[in-house]
Amino acid sequence: MAHEHDHDGEHGHDHAHEPSDPEAARLALRAEALEALLVERGIVRRESIDAIVARYENEIGPLNGAKLVARAWSDPEFKRRLLTDARAAIAELSLPMGETATPIVVVENSPGVHNVVVCTLCSCYPSSLLGLPPRWYKSPPYRARVVREPRAVLREFGLELPESTDVRVWDSSAELRYMVLPERPPGSERASEAELVELVSRDSLIGVALAGPPAEAPRER
Amino acid sequence: MSAVHDLGGRPGFGRIEREAREPVFHARWESRVMGMVYAIRRANWLNLDAFRHGIERMDPARYLAASYYERWLASLERTLPEVGALTPGAAPPPAGPYGFEREVGAPARFAVGSTVRVRARKPVGHTRLPGYASGKRGTVVSVRGGYVFPDTNAHGLGEQPQHLYSVRFSARELWGESAEPRTSVCIDLFEPYLEADPVPSSAEETRDGA
Repeated sequence: MAHEHDHDGEHGHDHAHEPSDPEAARLALRAEALEALLVERGIVRRESIDAIVARYENEIGPLNGAKLVARAWSDPEFKRRLLTDARAAIAELSLPMGETATPIVVVENSPGVHNVVVCTLCSCYPSSLLGLPPRWYKSPPYRARVVREPRAVLREFGLELPESTDVRVWDSSAELRYMVLPERPPGSERASEAELVELVSRDSLIGVALAGPPAEAPRER
Repeated sequence: MSAVHDLGGRPGFGRIEREAREPVFHARWESRVMGMVYAIRRANWLNLDAFRHGIERMDPARYLAASYYERWLASLERTLPEVGALTPGAAPPPAGPYGFEREVGAPARFAVGSTVRVRARKPVGHTRLPGYASGKRGTVVSVRGGYVFPDTNAHGLGEQPQHLYSVRFSARELWGESAEPRTSVCIDLFEPYLEADPVPSSAEETRDGA
């Protein structure tokens, strides 16, 4: 399968200059042509697109999920509400949210239970809460493999689970969006809620990592 | 023949490529496509199910090679003319109720703990029944309420709301001998995808997962 071009370092993902390969240039032209037509017909306004993009680039991201998790670890009553009526619990924190048409369901990791989220049919993701998904989440290998061999996939992410742990995969096949509530890491008993936020990575909210000190950024590549 | 986008469990895929310090968008055009889709959906020009069906009709080889936002772009190019959005003077359909949750006229057929069997995935048209669940037995773990039914809504046949269930399947039920131990998959399935099954589903493996 063709791999998309890599973007390491200096070039790529830069808004200012031309895409370097012809295929990317064609896609950019197609997108531009469509946008121009939609604007001319009054279907969308450029400013609306600008505003949506800016919001998802700058405001909505995994920090929202990290704050919810830190609050849940600190406040058992909040945790109970988060697990039973996530919509109401999320509203308590006044987070910057996107379109909230799709209800969030929070699934809890506990000793002996590990949850991981996927969408095998497209790439449904709790974007209203966590921002746009990473590319690997949307990739055919993740979508194909994690339902069939979740332990092998998690191992690739550096997460080796005990054989005694139940692994529960959630395939988001309808309009519910799943977020994992990771286990509170050992040694964090005295951490403040603000310090706990730092322990919650995006990947731990998807279920491909545990919560913990953020030193473990993927090193390959 | 399975549809190309119906990827769950399909063999042959290799390593999952990850990117350190991944940007939100990899090119400006991706951000414009994302913004267009959100704006078009907000203005009710296109429903989500029709948009997804537009993606699913891509050439299979192109689908697999394309990036996420290329698929979005391809669907807009295909579906906007189909719904007449590009016809001069066209107006979007009147906005219905917000979101996807709806009342259903009939009571839910299944309850938490019900054993169900998944019907065969329909071969053509849009559906949200993943092929790997076809014919499999699982246990209802949550009754989610009524939702817009994608199988009709994608095709201009109305929302026809249906009860939605989270159904847990043991890995053994889904994958047989090759299943990893102590794993299960939970799938959100609409009532028309399901039939009652009196035989308990792979009891020993779903018990601790339910």
